[in-house]
Amino acid sequence: MEYFLQQLINGVTLGSIYGLIAIGYTMVYGIIGMINFAHGDIFMVGAFIALIAFLALVAMGITAVPLALFLVLLIAMALTSLYGWTVERVAYRPLRHSFRLAPLISAIGMSIVLQNYVQIAQGARVKPLPPLIKDGYTLIDSPIFVVQLSNVQIIVVVTTVVLMAVFSWIVAKTRLGRDMRACEQDLKMASLVGVNVDRTISYTFVIGAALAAVAGIMHLLYYGVVDFYIGFVAGVKAFTAAVLGGIGSLPGAMIGGLLIGLIETFWSAYFSIEYKDVAAFSILVIVLIFLPTGILGRPEIEKV
Amino acid sequence: MTQEGSSTRHRDLAGALKHAALAALVAFGLFSLLVGIRTDTGPGGALELSERFETLAVLVAVAFAGVFLREILFSGGFVEAASVPESIRRSAARITQFLGPGLLIFAAAAPIIFYNNRYLLDLSIQILTYVMLGWGLNIVVGLAGLLDLGYVAFYAVGAYSYALLAQNFGLSFWICLPLAGILAAFWGVLLGFPVLRLRGDYLAIVTLAFGEIIRLVLINWQSLTGGPNGISSIPRPSFFGLPFNSEEGGFAHTFGLEFSPTHRVVFLYYLILALALLTNAVTIRLRRLPIGRAWEALREDEIACRSLGINTTNTKLTAFAMGAMFGGFAGSFFATRQGFISPESFVFQESAMVLAIVVLGGMGSQIGVAIAAAVMLGGFEFFREFQQYRMVVFGLAMVAIMIWRPRGLISTRTPSVFLKKEKPVDIALAREEGRG
Repeated sequence: MEYFLQQLINGVTLGSIYGLIAIGYTMVYGIIGMINFAHGDIFMVGAFIALIAFLALVAMGITAVPLALFLVLLIAMALTSLYGWTVERVAYRPLRHSFRLAPLISAIGMSIVLQNYVQIAQGARVKPLPPLIKDGYTLIDSPIFVVQLSNVQIIVVVTTVVLMAVFSWIVAKTRLGRDMRACEQDLKMASLVGVNVDRTISYTFVIGAALAAVAGIMHLLYYGVVDFYIGFVAGVKAFTAAVLGGIGSLPGAMIGGLLIGLIETFWSAYFSIEYKDVAAFSILVIVLIFLPTGILGRPEIEKV
Repeated sequence: MTQEGSSTRHRDLAGALKHAALAALVAFGLFSLLVGIRTDTGPGGALELSERFETLAVLVAVAFAGVFLREILFSGGFVEAASVPESIRRSAARITQFLGPGLLIFAAAAPIIFYNNRYLLDLSIQILTYVMLGWGLNIVVGLAGLLDLGYVAFYAVGAYSYALLAQNFGLSFWICLPLAGILAAFWGVLLGFPVLRLRGDYLAIVTLAFGEIIRLVLINWQSLTGGPNGISSIPRPSFFGLPFNSEEGGFAHTFGLEFSPTHRVVFLYYLILALALLTNAVTIRLRRLPIGRAWEALREDEIACRSLGINTTNTKLTAFAMGAMFGGFAGSFFATRQGFISPESFVFQESAMVLAIVVLGGMGSQIGVAIAAAVMLGGFEFFREFQQYRMVVFGLAMVAIMIWRPRGLISTRTPSVFLKKEKPVDIALAREEGRG
């Protein structure tokens, strides 16, 4: 029981990170119907920017952890959204009227570019960061197993919940959110009634990248290491989360993220840690076969 | 020059400067931390920072100059690709007509010309392997229009099938080759059957996941595959039973030649050339058969196909299995050539590379794929010192091709079905039919 509870806590933490990345996939898919293959690498870029920003802040003498974290959050979100914006502007916008697979192939190209660019700029070795936030609470102190809730885990989950609330508010209540929902329903019609489609799509990428940057910071805090390859696996898993929750649906992305995080954690805990990625990828295949619309997704109507 | 003309020119210049300044600002934002500051692991294990502001300044300046020049020269937006005059197009078509046979003769003569250049021979074998992989994937992507991001999985299945069959059961290469192809095709069907009902981009991700699953299983199933260490000392191919060694009964001895290790390389060269040509011949034949036409129709419009009564799932499945089979052939060739295989050789990058070859060559164009493979691997070899930069260039090329030449750089795909001669339509008859 204690062991189970501990795994539950770990799974929810991991799931929050996946959920944040999955939102980027699901939003872009909802609006322009493409899989932003480079999104996982945007997440990786976010983690790297956070790492460097933090080290630079320390070098400048800002060592108070809460202040530094807050600044890192701001810097990483700003710069990573710039990456999201640039990638959309350079690689996807010119292809909006191209054939079906063109944006996806372009996205694969962008993913290769980002991965190797970071590898050139920062080297291929794993970058460690000493734990910034230490301590935590001991929930159950039984002789068999000690269940712990670390402060990092609390921060990850709380930040995710807050960001989700802010983001849902943006989509539901603001002008931008209305434009986004309009674009999701019908791009051409939205542009006819005066929605600036290009700008809305740009904002979508910017928001998606900012959330991915937060996920990157969480990953950095939680694991304490980054390397240029983390984006690929995390990207595929977050995409699985988006599909599982129903692609195009925001609460779906969050639920999917949590489920993937939990499944992965429990699989590692009770079966074999070597096959945890295989488990996550198999879920993707199984979900797409038996439940292609996901948990909260709407069935796709094919139009001629 | 009139007053008005010079004033628009001024406005252009100001606009160009504004755009360029914006681009420089964006570039500064993008590169400020990732390029401007480098982190290295210090002696104590902790990260140490070092600045690289000169590189950052150069990048920002390049962004500024690049955008400025683009705005000045092309004044807003990219120019459309200039239309090629008819005469040039016709002579280009005539050249491409002879390009195929010319390249074929060159490929056949290459080992004789470069007999003493082991390095070039090895490179050509590698190029031909990718040509074969490209042609195999071309069936799936170029003809049937299914984006397969896990093609390397079938390559791996072929390689491991040969290695395991040859090591555990002592089967010869010539028995293992078809078996490896069949096994890979079987895996293709096994994966394809449930997932081929999915939309194009879902399919891409599922095949990607499948490729990763295969790789992870290869790494973790240590008792069978040797895990990350791979399988070594895989039997080398023999010349229809005659091994390539200096002993009695070897190839050189039987044919009364002096022993030379180059014999095996030349044999491998012709082997992969034959395999690649087989792939090509089968593809060309299939394109003329109903199944091949169904593939191409499927690529153009799936709904129309379904309306015409084509079983789309079966059609996709055959394309998938066919592509997988050639991937399997190429895989077992790879295993026998290297003598050693490990999961390292079957990463996603490899799939992306084969896909890029197909995309660059123009999806569906056979000769385009061959040229793209040669150019890409040749280029990779040529820029060997810039190992990391070449991957960035390679990724950017994929984006650029999609934007400017989405049908491929060398695309000369000829329609597989066309009328030999325009038939005059009898107007009276047409009217008659229209009324009836």
